[in-house]
Amino acid sequence: MARLRTAPPRYWLVGVAFLFFLGFPTVISSFQTSLWTQALVLAIAIMGLNILVGYNGQLSLGHGAFMALGAYTSAILAHHYKLDYLITIPIAALLTGLVGFLFGIPSLRLSALYLALATFALAVVTPSIIKRPAALTGGVQGILVLQPDPPQFAQDVFAFITGTRMTSDQWIYYLSLFCALLLFWLAWNLVRHRPGRAMRAIRDGEVAAAASGVNIAGYKTLAFAISAFYAGTAGSLFGLATGFISPDTFPVSLSIQLLVGAVVGGLASIPGPLLGAIFAYFLPIESNQWVPSQDWIPDQIRSTVKNAGPAVSYGAVLILIMMFAPNGIVGLVNSGYSALNRRLRGAGDRETGQMPPDPQTV
Amino acid sequence: MQEFLQQLVTGIAAGGIFASLALALVLIYNAMGLVNFAQGEMAMLATFVAYALISRGMSYWIVFPVTLVLAFGGGIVIQRIVIKPVERAPILTLVIITLGLATLLNGLAGFVFGYVPRSFPSPFSAQSADILGVFVSYRDLGVIVVSGLVLLAVYLLLQRTTVGLTMRAAAHHPEASRLLGVQVSWMLALGWGLASAVGAVSGLMVAPILLLEPNMMQSIIIYAFAAAVLGGIESPLGAVVGGVIVGVTVNLAGAYLPFVGGDLQLAVGLAIIVAVLVIKPNGLFGRARVRRV
Amino acid sequence: MEQKAPRLAAVAVFLVTLAACGGSANSAPQTDIGITSDSILLGNTIAQSGAAAAYGTIGNAELAYFTYINGQGGVNGRKINFKILDDAYNPAQTVPLTKQLVEQDQVFAMFSGLGTQAQVSVRDYLNSKKVPQMFVATGATTFNKDFSTNGWTLGWQPPYQGESRIYAADVLKSHSAAKIGVLYQNDDYGQDYLKGLEDGLGSKASMIVAKESYDVTAANTAAQLTKLKASGADTLFIFATPGFTIKSLVTVTLLHWEPTIYLNSVSNPQVYMGLAKTAGAALKNVTSVAYLKDPTDPQWDSDEGMKLYKTVIASCTTCKPNDGFNIYGVAVAYTMVDVLKQAGQNMTRKNVIDIAANRLNETNPFLLPGVKVKTTSSDHFPIMQEQVITWNGTGWTLQGSLIDERGTIK
Repeated sequence: MARLRTAPPRYWLVGVAFLFFLGFPTVISSFQTSLWTQALVLAIAIMGLNILVGYNGQLSLGHGAFMALGAYTSAILAHHYKLDYLITIPIAALLTGLVGFLFGIPSLRLSALYLALATFALAVVTPSIIKRPAALTGGVQGILVLQPDPPQFAQDVFAFITGTRMTSDQWIYYLSLFCALLLFWLAWNLVRHRPGRAMRAIRDGEVAAAASGVNIAGYKTLAFAISAFYAGTAGSLFGLATGFISPDTFPVSLSIQLLVGAVVGGLASIPGPLLGAIFAYFLPIESNQWVPSQDWIPDQIRSTVKNAGPAVSYGAVLILIMMFAPNGIVGLVNSGYSALNRRLRGAGDRETGQMPPDPQTV
Repeated sequence: MQEFLQQLVTGIAAGGIFASLALALVLIYNAMGLVNFAQGEMAMLATFVAYALISRGMSYWIVFPVTLVLAFGGGIVIQRIVIKPVERAPILTLVIITLGLATLLNGLAGFVFGYVPRSFPSPFSAQSADILGVFVSYRDLGVIVVSGLVLLAVYLLLQRTTVGLTMRAAAHHPEASRLLGVQVSWMLALGWGLASAVGAVSGLMVAPILLLEPNMMQSIIIYAFAAAVLGGIESPLGAVVGGVIVGVTVNLAGAYLPFVGGDLQLAVGLAIIVAVLVIKPNGLFGRARVRRV
Repeated sequence: MEQKAPRLAAVAVFLVTLAACGGSANSAPQTDIGITSDSILLGNTIAQSGAAAAYGTIGNAELAYFTYINGQGGVNGRKINFKILDDAYNPAQTVPLTKQLVEQDQVFAMFSGLGTQAQVSVRDYLNSKKVPQMFVATGATTFNKDFSTNGWTLGWQPPYQGESRIYAADVLKSHSAAKIGVLYQNDDYGQDYLKGLEDGLGSKASMIVAKESYDVTAANTAAQLTKLKASGADTLFIFATPGFTIKSLVTVTLLHWEPTIYLNSVSNPQVYMGLAKTAGAALKNVTSVAYLKDPTDPQWDSDEGMKLYKTVIASCTTCKPNDGFNIYGVAVAYTMVDVLKQAGQNMTRKNVIDIAANRLNETNPFLLPGVKVKTTSSDHFPIMQEQVITWNGTGWTLQGSLIDERGTIK
């Protein structure tokens, strides 16, 4: 009880968020739930990107390619080899992680700029590469992924709470929530301990990090591997949630969407990817549907927002966030919170000589 | 043999297109050590501006210089608005901003002009010359000649004029330049303006061949990256040579390597980028520099 | 309810027949999800942003036709509401958007969804929910051929395979000694066209001396065309999207190559031919097929259907009347309205898909004279007639009579 009372407010926040994500599929429709599944899946991929970009300072513009690898690994195992999809998720994650590790080795030689270039090219090429081994990937026909019925225990619990039958979409939501929780918890542990400190040290200055005995090559490839592991998991879940994958499912705009999410949420933060994913997933949907349906917005603006499509808003958001809030939503909330704290506690706090919070440089 | 020569010539022609855009990339790199992901989209937008002027009845020969001036101004405006506030930020920030700019400009062009391809006039004849059974299109030749002229201009600017030298100094040693009284920030703006104008030349030359539409440059930007990297990213001559090598390689690989075929030409572009970066990061014409870490 | 559906349909058929015979039977009106006493809600996913956004105008043209019909009093007193959502040609977005239209907006049916991958991605879902997936805007053969296994899904336009069978017939008839080179896009679209050509040539398939594919990410098709020319082909098939077709036509001219050229119907609207011409293409010996009236063709200037099209499309501010995609949209919307009219007061999903797939026999004013939109219980390919057209330098000339490929695709 005493520990509870002294727990910092963010622990409470985590608890509330957890209960929210656990409970709200019982009150919203199955369709709405499936949207949140996509947002959670995106959050996992963005967390992976965040580990690489935010914590280790290596810019990848091609994480959509890793998602594609994860998705296709699972779909092929489930479709051609009749494996249970659940079993294929960790296989896809590990395989993608391994490929990420291998990819990380040559990228050691690249500067941040060149790495961005090479990964961008990878993202652009991905759909045409998928088409080639048509016997394996189904080529342009894609692969239909059968969405599993919820297992009995989940059905029972869900029926007990809501009195309605659990749909596949709702089951996949909880599956994704479970994976997201596990992977966010892992990421949180990672960044607080030795590997996380080493990665950040490399990000903030390779020479200094090397001088302090950090194994630069090792940690950079490790960051790549972990990051790809996350993207692979996300890809696998993505296929399951969508029920169909094909080359056009993984366009370069997917990689850009991931980057938008990482940047908007806040690089080098743990809640950032979740907030960023929600933003990046729902922005195009809302700008296409919610804005045009609002009568109070002038006609001209409504039709402009609808016709301009998500590209314009994505681009504008990327630029504005990098210019005015490089630490994203989390950075804004943090600085707002400390400003509020200062105001509440009065000016005296300034004299305590407290260090400013960890500057989250990009 | 004739077929092979034709493929070679076709490859060189494609290389001219890649080179023209790569030159703009090289200019930005010289100005601020950055690869501008929005370079292709800026060129596309400038070409649309030219299109709008021409369809208002203006003559091509008036529109051409007007577009270059507008593109130059546009480049400076973009630099002042979105790059200047973050010009000392880490490279990651800048790359993300140029990527955002690319997305934004592409969406805007689609919104304003639509996605139906349009034809764009060219000063060069739409015919081709017959050289011993190998056919060379005058428009492709035009791209190569104009790219050569731009190369010459860029070379003279960077190597022979005070402005060019100052610009490079400002890019590579901003602090020292500042101490010497150079207005570093305006030098960067100048670099953006020039690159934007060079990109506009590329757009104006390429649009008659590729047809003008918002995604026009997306099919060649990867090859332009490959060309710039192969040439050693800061060398204008390298960009042109790199462009031609990339064009020829991609074309020949597509034609004669069965596992590449017509479908995986873009993957050849990716392979060139990765291979050069891993094996010889300074490219063909780049100078080896001590790596800053 | 589900088990009763066939019997209900039988009753419905009986009632409709009765009504058609002039009997004033007091049939109890039947409705379904998405139908109210004064409205019908249809849903659509289409690319209105991204690389394939040029197709997006189809949805707007369809909306323009529905708006026109609503202005005339609607369908049997019901107004059609048409909800278009942009999926950016990405199947991963088609899935949630379709679920939204079905589960949240409660549409009566999906109409004219665009893109093969996108529509395949939701076919299982829509069939399991028994929601009609009507007149998908793709010519992939599977949407008609596999009606027996996906009884809620139906195409409309001539399937790509059917169209290239018509080319095959024309080649065999007019150029029986041709050496054929094929340029095709390496996706379902290009592959379907190629398959239809090979099937149509049958034992003469060896007339194809070379085939080269390209990817949509390519800058141009020069390398492929150079190879095709070197192969000795004297007849060139271009199975490509409009942009690549234009570039290919120009490249052929630049190579001083003068083969007989066959173009697929997607890329033959006059707008694109005009673009190819200004870009330098010679456009000699170009053949294609058509089933829609070309809005830029002066021979239809006083045609009633074309006048109606011009009236309808004028109400869509973003639609260009000369864009061939728009008359496609209006024509398919016409068939949809026709089906809904025929359903009369029996507005159930089952009845509507049943009419569309089994009992359609329509003369569509936006299609070439003589083209029937027709389905029977054993044939679910609505349009299977096209007419060969040749380019005369300024426009297309209709050649011969309609070629009918009904029943050739099993």
